[in-house]
Amino acid sequence: MGDYAYAAPATVDSTVELLSSSASSGTRTQVLAGGTDVLVQMRSIDRGPRLIVDVKQLAETNVLSIGEDEIYIGAAIASAILNENAELKSKLPGLIESADLIGSTQIQGRATIGGNLCNSSPAGDTIPALIANSAVCHIVGADGERDVPVEDFVTGVGTNCMADHEFLLGLRVPAPKGNTGDAYLRFIPRTEMDIAVAGAGVRVTLDDSGTCTAARVGIGAVAPTPLLVPEAGDALIGTQVDEEALNAAAAACSAAASPITDKRGTVEYRIKVVGVLCKRAGAIARDRAKAR
Amino acid sequence: MAEAVDLKAIGTRPVRPDGVEKVTGRANFGADLNLPGMLHGKILRSPHAHARIKSIDLSGALAVDGVLAAVSGKDIPGGGDLGDNVLANEKVLYHGHAVAAVAARSAFIAEQALDQIKVEYEVLNPVLSIDDAIADGATLVNESQHTNGDTSQPASNVAAVTKFERGDVEKGFADADVVVEGEYRVPTAHQGYIEPHACTATINEEGKATVWCCTQGQFDVRSMTANCLNKQVSDIRVIPSEIGGGFGGKTTIYLEPVAVKLSEISGRPVKMVMSREEVFRATGPTSATLCRAKVGAKSDGTITAATAWLAYEAGAYPGAPVGPGCMSVLAPYDLENFRIEGRDVLVNKPKVAAYRAPGAPQSMHAMECAIDDLARELDMDPLDLRLKNAADEGTVAPYGPQYPAIGLRACLEAAKVHPNYTTPPAEGQGRGVAVGFWFNIGMQSSAEIRIAENGAVTIMEGSPDIGGSRASMCLMAAETLGIPYENINAHVGDTEATGYCNTTGGSRTTFATGMAVIEACEDIIAQCKERAALTWELDVDQVDWEDGQAVPKPGVNADVKPLSLADIARSAGRTGGPLLGRASLNAQGPGASFSVNWTDVEVDHETGKVDVKAFTGVQDAGRAIHPSYVEGQMQGGAVQGLGWALNEEYIYDADGVMENAGFLDYRVPVTSDMPMIDTQIVEVPNPSHPYGVRGVGETPIVAPLAATSNAVRDALGFRINDLPLSPPRVLAAIDDNE
Ligand SMILES: Cc1cc2nc3c(=O)[nH]c(=O)nc-3n(C[C@H](O)[C@H](O)[C@H](O)COP(=O)(O)OP(=O)(O)OC[C@H]3O[C@@H](n4cnc5c(N)ncnc54)[C@H](O)[C@@H]3O)c2cc1C
Repeated sequence: MGDYAYAAPATVDSTVELLSSSASSGTRTQVLAGGTDVLVQMRSIDRGPRLIVDVKQLAETNVLSIGEDEIYIGAAIASAILNENAELKSKLPGLIESADLIGSTQIQGRATIGGNLCNSSPAGDTIPALIANSAVCHIVGADGERDVPVEDFVTGVGTNCMADHEFLLGLRVPAPKGNTGDAYLRFIPRTEMDIAVAGAGVRVTLDDSGTCTAARVGIGAVAPTPLLVPEAGDALIGTQVDEEALNAAAAACSAAASPITDKRGTVEYRIKVVGVLCKRAGAIARDRAKAR
Repeated sequence: MAEAVDLKAIGTRPVRPDGVEKVTGRANFGADLNLPGMLHGKILRSPHAHARIKSIDLSGALAVDGVLAAVSGKDIPGGGDLGDNVLANEKVLYHGHAVAAVAARSAFIAEQALDQIKVEYEVLNPVLSIDDAIADGATLVNESQHTNGDTSQPASNVAAVTKFERGDVEKGFADADVVVEGEYRVPTAHQGYIEPHACTATINEEGKATVWCCTQGQFDVRSMTANCLNKQVSDIRVIPSEIGGGFGGKTTIYLEPVAVKLSEISGRPVKMVMSREEVFRATGPTSATLCRAKVGAKSDGTITAATAWLAYEAGAYPGAPVGPGCMSVLAPYDLENFRIEGRDVLVNKPKVAAYRAPGAPQSMHAMECAIDDLARELDMDPLDLRLKNAADEGTVAPYGPQYPAIGLRACLEAAKVHPNYTTPPAEGQGRGVAVGFWFNIGMQSSAEIRIAENGAVTIMEGSPDIGGSRASMCLMAAETLGIPYENINAHVGDTEATGYCNTTGGSRTTFATGMAVIEACEDIIAQCKERAALTWELDVDQVDWEDGQAVPKPGVNADVKPLSLADIARSAGRTGGPLLGRASLNAQGPGASFSVNWTDVEVDHETGKVDVKAFTGVQDAGRAIHPSYVEGQMQGGAVQGLGWALNEEYIYDADGVMENAGFLDYRVPVTSDMPMIDTQIVEVPNPSHPYGVRGVGETPIVAPLAATSNAVRDALGFRINDLPLSPPRVLAAIDDNE
C-alpha cells in the first residue's frame, strides 16, 4: 500500500519538475485545481493512493485578463469568480453560463473551467461552449509551452492530449468582435445538480444585415468526446440564422452524434435532443449577437 | 374530546425542542459516536445477483496488519431470512448482498482487507422482473419457497397470494355503461434518507452488548439483533441517535449484529457506516410493481364494479407490502362489487423495506389512473366522480372494518372550492387529480412524565423523532397539563431508559405515543390533586386542576391560593416525594387519513421533460397538533411522490447490477424542480384519540404518483401508463403517438 501525498509548488518550473520526476519514478500523480472532481473520485470510483499536485498557488494559473483580442482564463480561476465578472459575462455569456451550470454555489467556489476540461468527461459542460468560442488550451511541460485547440484536446472518455509532465496553465479565448453572441444549453432531467444528457454550445457573428458570417457549434455528451460540428456551423453561415437554418444545424448535430444508451438516456433520445439544444442555443446566440 | 375552541397549545407552531441542536450541528447522528480503541468494520458484498456460495476463506483478511476480526454468514446463527440478509449463508440473492465483514484499525485498512477474502461462487441465473419471476419454468430465487406455504404445489417465486372480494364482480361489470382498464408499472424507489445506516457496538465479557445506531425503532433493533445472534433481548441495550431520515427504511437492521459479532471477536468497540452506494445496493427500497386495474360505472358515475390485480417485487425474501397495497387500492370508494388480488414475488434484488405508506402509492397509482380515465369517459369532473362514490362514516372498507368518522368527503369538498382548483390550469398545461389514503396504525407505547423541582416537565418516551414528534408530544402535554409549551422538554429514551415502544412507523407516533403522553400527564394531574388536597387538608375530590394549577372545586369552602405545578413540585418532598407520571398502552383506533392532490404540469414536446408547475394537497389530519409539521409531512410526502413519478427508478443491467447507485443518477428532485407545495389541512377528529389525532405522515406520498400521471395525460392528450415519466420515456411516447 502506497501513501497519499500532497504538494503545492510555488512556481511553474518546480511544478513541471515535480510532475516529470514523479512520472519517471512511476509515482501515481494527479493535478489538483478545485478538486470537485478529484475529491469525489478519490472517495468513490478510485481510492488508490497518489501524489496530489495542487496548481492553485501559481501566479500563472490565477491570471484573468480581458484583452482587445484575447480573453485569458487561468486554470485555477474558480467559476464563482467568472460568474461575478460583469465584463466577462457580457462578452462571453454562453461560456460563463456553462461554468455557472456546474454544481451548486458551494461547488462554484472551487470548480474551474480548466478542471472541467482536464477531467475530459464527454459531458463536461464548459467544453462545448469552449469549442464554440474557438478556445485554445495553454499547456506547459518539460518540453516548454504549447497551444492546443480545445476540440483537439480531449482524446477519449477521461483522457486528453497532455503528457504526464504537462499541465494546463490557462485558456485563451478569442475576444468577440462586432455582432457576436454565444450560448450554451444542456439537457438534464432535473433543473440543477445533474450531468448533461446532451449539450450544445453555439457562437455566431452577424454582419449589419443580420447575415451570419461566422459560426461554430460544439456538442457534448453524445459521443466519446465533446465535438466540434463544422457542418452545423456551415449551415448557419450565410443565413439569417432563421428557423430553417437552425433546423439544418440541428440536423447536422444529430448526424454528428454517436451516443450510447445508458442510464441517462437512449441513443435515439440523445440524437434528437442534441439537435433541439443546438436549435435553441443557436437562437439565443443569434439574439445576443443582434443585441450587441 | 376537547373542542377546538378550547385548545390553547394544540394548533400553535412553536420551535421544536431539538431544533437548536440540529441547526447548530451539535446533534449526534448515527455515525457521530467515537469510542476509545474503536475499530472500523466494512462489509464484503456479492458481485453476483444470484449465486451459490461454495466457500469463504477469511484467512487472507485476518493476515492483514491492523485487522482484528473477520466474520461470515455462520457467525450470524439466527434471525431466519433477516439473519441471512445480514450475512448470506448458502446463496447470495442480489448484487451487493453482504457476504463477510472485517474490523480493522482504520476504515481504509478494513476496506483493503476485504480484497483478501476469497469467496468461491457458482453463478446462477438472476431473476430480475415480475414477468421473469412468474413465467413458467422461471429460475427459483428460493428453491423451497411455495406459494402461501402450500408444499403440495411446486416451488414458486410467488411467496404469497392475497385476495379481498365482495359482491358479484361479473354482474357489476355487466351492469356498467362504461368500463375502463389498464396495466401500470411503477419502478423500485428508495426512501432516499440523507443519513446512511450507521452503528457502533461494543460487548463486554459478560456478553452484554450496547449498540448506538440511527433507527426508527430501538426496541426492534434490540429484538432483531438478539434474534440474529441467538441472544436475549435483555443482553442488548440499544441507544438511538438522532436520525437523518428514515421514511420506513430504518425499521429493519443491516449492520448491528455484524458490529456486535466483530466487537465480540476483537474485544473492541466496532463502528460501521454504510456508503451511499451500499445504501442503494443493499438496503431495502420499496417494491417495483405491475398492477392491473379495471373499473365500471353507470353513466351517472356510480361505480358498479372494480378489480385490481397487483404484483409486487419483494426482493430476495418474502415480504413485499402487497397486503397494504391491496388494503389501499379501493379504500376511498363505497363499493358493492370488487375483487382485489395481490402477489408477493421474489426477485434477485435487495429485500424491500418499508417506505412511507408501504405499498399504497403503487396500487393506488393504477386505480387512480383508471378512475381518471373513467371520469374522462363519463365527461365528469374527477372530484365529482369521486364524491359520487366516496367512502364515508359507516362504509365497510374493502379490507374489512367499518369506517368511523373519516375525512375523505370533507377533503373532496374542500378541493372543489379551493381557488387552486377553481382556477383552470394555465395555457398549455395539464391538470391531474388523485386521492390518497393510509389506514394508520396504533400499537404499543409507553411514556413517563418527570417533574423537576421547579416544575419543569420532562417527557421520556420511546419513539425516535423523525418528523417533529417531540414538539407534538410537548404540545399535547402542555394542553393536558395546562402549562406553557416552553416548560416542557421531550426525550427519546434508549431501551433501558424508557418503557417498551413500537417502532416509529405507520404514522403511529403522534397518535399512539401521544396518547401515552396524555395519559401520563393525566396521571401527574391526579397526583397533583392529591398533593394539593394533602396540603389543604381537603378531600381529593374537592380539588380541581385548572389552567395548570390545583384549585378547590367550586363551592368548596377553603381560603387557599391555587397551587401551580411548580408550587407542588417545590414542596413535593413534604407531600410524598417526586412527581412521576406514567402510562403504557396498546393504542386502538388509529383512524385513516385521506387526501386529495392535484397538480398542473407542462410537457416540453421536444425533450419530453415534465415540469411540475403547481401542486396542492388537501388532507385530513384529524387534529393538527403542530400544523407546521403536518404541512411539512404533506409537503415532504408530495415531493417524494413527485420524485418517484418523474425520475426516480432503479436501473439494472442484464446481470442484475444496479447502474445508478448514487444520487447523481438516482434522481430525487432538487428544490428548484419543485413548485410551492400548497397545503390545506382538513380536521375531521379521530373519535379514538383524546384530541382527535390521525397519523399524517404516510398519506401524502400516495396520490402524487397518479396525480402526475393524470396531469401528463391531460397535457398530452394520451396516457403513459408506466412510471417514471422521465424525459426519454415521455419523448418516446410523444414520438410514437405522432
Ligand atoms: C456536486 C457536483 C456537481 C457538479 N456538477 C457539474 C455539472 O453540472 N457539470 C459539469 O460539467 N461538472 C459538474 N461537476 C464536476 C466538476 O465540478 C467540474 O468538472 C469542475 O469543473 C472541475 O473543476 P475542478 O477545478 O474542481 O477540477 P479538479 O477536481 O481539481 O480536477 C479535475 C480533473 O482535471 C485535472 N486537472 C485539473 N486542473 C488541471 C490542470 N491545471 N492541469 C492539468 N490537469 C488538471 C485533475 O487532475 C482532474 O483529473 C460537479 C461536481 C460536483 C461535486
